[in-house]
Amino acid sequence: MMRADDFNLACPAPAMERETVQLAHGGGGRAIKQLLDTIVRPAFSDPELDRGHDGAVLDVSGPLAFTTDSYVVRPLFFPGGDIGSLAVNGTVNDLAMCGARPLYLSVSFILEEGLPIDTLRQVVASMRDAAVAARVRLVTGDTKVVDRGKADAMFVNTAGIGRVVAPAPIGPSSVRPGDIVILSGDIGRHGIAVMAAREGFGFETIIESDCAPVAEPVLALIEAGIAVRCLRDLTRGGLASAVVEIAETAGLAITLDEAAIPVREEVVAACELLGFDPLHVANEGRFIAFVAPKDADRATAILRGHAVSGEAMIVGRVEVGPPGQVSCRGALGVMRVVDMLSGEQLPRIC
Amino acid sequence: MKFRDEYRDGAAARRFAEALRRLVTRPWTLMEVCGGQTHAILRFGIDQLLPPGLTLLHGPGCPVCVTPVEYIDKAFEIASRRQAILCSFGDMLRVPGTHSDLLAAKSRGADVRIVYSPLDALAIAASEPTREVVFFAVGFETTAPANAMAAWRAKRDGVGNFSMLVSHVLVPPAMCALLEAPGNRVQGFLAAGHVCTVMGIHEYEPIAARHGVPIVVTGFEPLDILEGIYMCARQLEEGRATVENQYSRCVRPDGNPSAREIMREVFRVVPRRWRGIGDIPESGLGLAQAYGDFDAERRFGAVRAHDEAANECISGLVLRGERKPPDCPAFGTRCTPERPLGVTMVSSEGACAAYQRYRGATRAAAGGGP
Repeated sequence: MMRADDFNLACPAPAMERETVQLAHGGGGRAIKQLLDTIVRPAFSDPELDRGHDGAVLDVSGPLAFTTDSYVVRPLFFPGGDIGSLAVNGTVNDLAMCGARPLYLSVSFILEEGLPIDTLRQVVASMRDAAVAARVRLVTGDTKVVDRGKADAMFVNTAGIGRVVAPAPIGPSSVRPGDIVILSGDIGRHGIAVMAAREGFGFETIIESDCAPVAEPVLALIEAGIAVRCLRDLTRGGLASAVVEIAETAGLAITLDEAAIPVREEVVAACELLGFDPLHVANEGRFIAFVAPKDADRATAILRGHAVSGEAMIVGRVEVGPPGQVSCRGALGVMRVVDMLSGEQLPRIC
Repeated sequence: MKFRDEYRDGAAARRFAEALRRLVTRPWTLMEVCGGQTHAILRFGIDQLLPPGLTLLHGPGCPVCVTPVEYIDKAFEIASRRQAILCSFGDMLRVPGTHSDLLAAKSRGADVRIVYSPLDALAIAASEPTREVVFFAVGFETTAPANAMAAWRAKRDGVGNFSMLVSHVLVPPAMCALLEAPGNRVQGFLAAGHVCTVMGIHEYEPIAARHGVPIVVTGFEPLDILEGIYMCARQLEEGRATVENQYSRCVRPDGNPSAREIMREVFRVVPRRWRGIGDIPESGLGLAQAYGDFDAERRFGAVRAHDEAANECISGLVLRGERKPPDCPAFGTRCTPERPLGVTMVSSEGACAAYQRYRGATRAAAGGGP
């Protein structure tokens, strides 16, 4: 079979009204301009983007947080989100975890030849909605097209800048013994939702991803003067990996109370079926906040005032103990060790 | 969650633990057969609730752990062929063969696919008629009926590009082998509840009678396991050795006759080598004569048994209940889930993995187990 890269197209014909992404779109000529002009720029409608310049020129003062992340989720669309909302919320949340107000994002698409233009349109629309909801502006971007088979439909990278508003450093080194661990809501939905969509499990209940921006509740904590010591969003590796990482970096021990950790019934059921531990399953709209003990109840109440963290719970405490040790009080009251996942969780045999 | 949370009730667990303390007058050594039970015991700390002297040994009931290395090697070899698609339960992919594992084969371009049911593999065969689809059929009596169904349907529908690499194992012969081994310490068994949902409880009666060991068919939730331990210890204290069914909400005494029917149709009992344990007569299932066309060994060559290169791993002793993971000098140091020396550290149902995951390297090594 002949493949597109068997040809050496020195001068690809512009593709004007085609329904799928073509290699010509990556040629840097009229085709890509049309794609950007008709799909990307109108969706984001930002004056910086409309200038059509090589980069965005921004007027930002104060300490800045800067982060980047790439998104390769399969399938592109899943209950509760898609690669577009994920790419916006993921970067917004990383900025929030730095104690920053997210301001500007860049977006970079790597498109596989043959991707339906309509798919791109839907992803871009979803990114616009997510950006509006998270109050960030998409101000610069890039698009590349690769041969069919060289990418899985579409990869998205976003980078983001935010202004740090936290008065004190936020991070594992600020964590102190006695600090309280607050979890912003139920865990495990994103990982199970994506897996169920990818593998076609056909569960009776559709599990929706928790994909959401969490900057607002985080900023509310800071504005209320809560002594926020550390923040971490619970993405791949789940709650367990986040807590273990912080315990290791801080050189302290952390105890969790399993009974306090909210997990939806359908997620519990899916995990039981697959042999997964919800503590290890990915989230995209959940975080943990380490706060001073005196602020714990007030912080929990503030978080509960925001829909995205309406089920916030105190789930653990920092202790003086073996550095990096995380233990969890289980249903029978016996403590067990919580560790990071080694590799991927693989469904068990029986 | 209904039918789960009731069986994880802390107060009820403490009542069972208290009842056990009142019941037990002497030291007893029990073995839970199934790796799922081992994980529940470690995860919930059930061993820590038991009275001193009541010891749990962890049995060989981890399907991934006991699959012989030569079958992993064969699966690897099949997967490496261009025209083949190797379908497997996810848990098999990390298991080390002689030189490599299936995840490594996949990363080198082999078409290895995780399936959740053998019927998914059959569907892949139907949708990829130009490829040879091989399903890696492993496990105990629990997975055997569904795997049998895949072969039965393949035959019914004349699916010519589907075959199975079969390394099924049976629980009762392994229990007998452990009881007959010199130095056996097992005085009572918690039998694997899910196996008995298929097989029923009657095949355990001659074992209990012949060897004088109580056998309690036990479920997988903490209260199931505590009750199973209680029932087993009560028999020992009373000098009885019979088969009792703790898991009666799932296990009928005669099991699931339809499931056994399809197993009988598709499989025949064969001798089987168990990784870490050795050859056990009549302890496995292979495809019956009438299903020989679906035997991957016919299409891709027979599996040849060979010995594994020795290292300091004691997984064989762990699978036989002769040692516990923290007894191993390499546990948590030279052997970790990232760099496993043996399969019991790799599998999600392996005993070493359970200790590592729920006790951690340091605490377990300091004597986490009873």
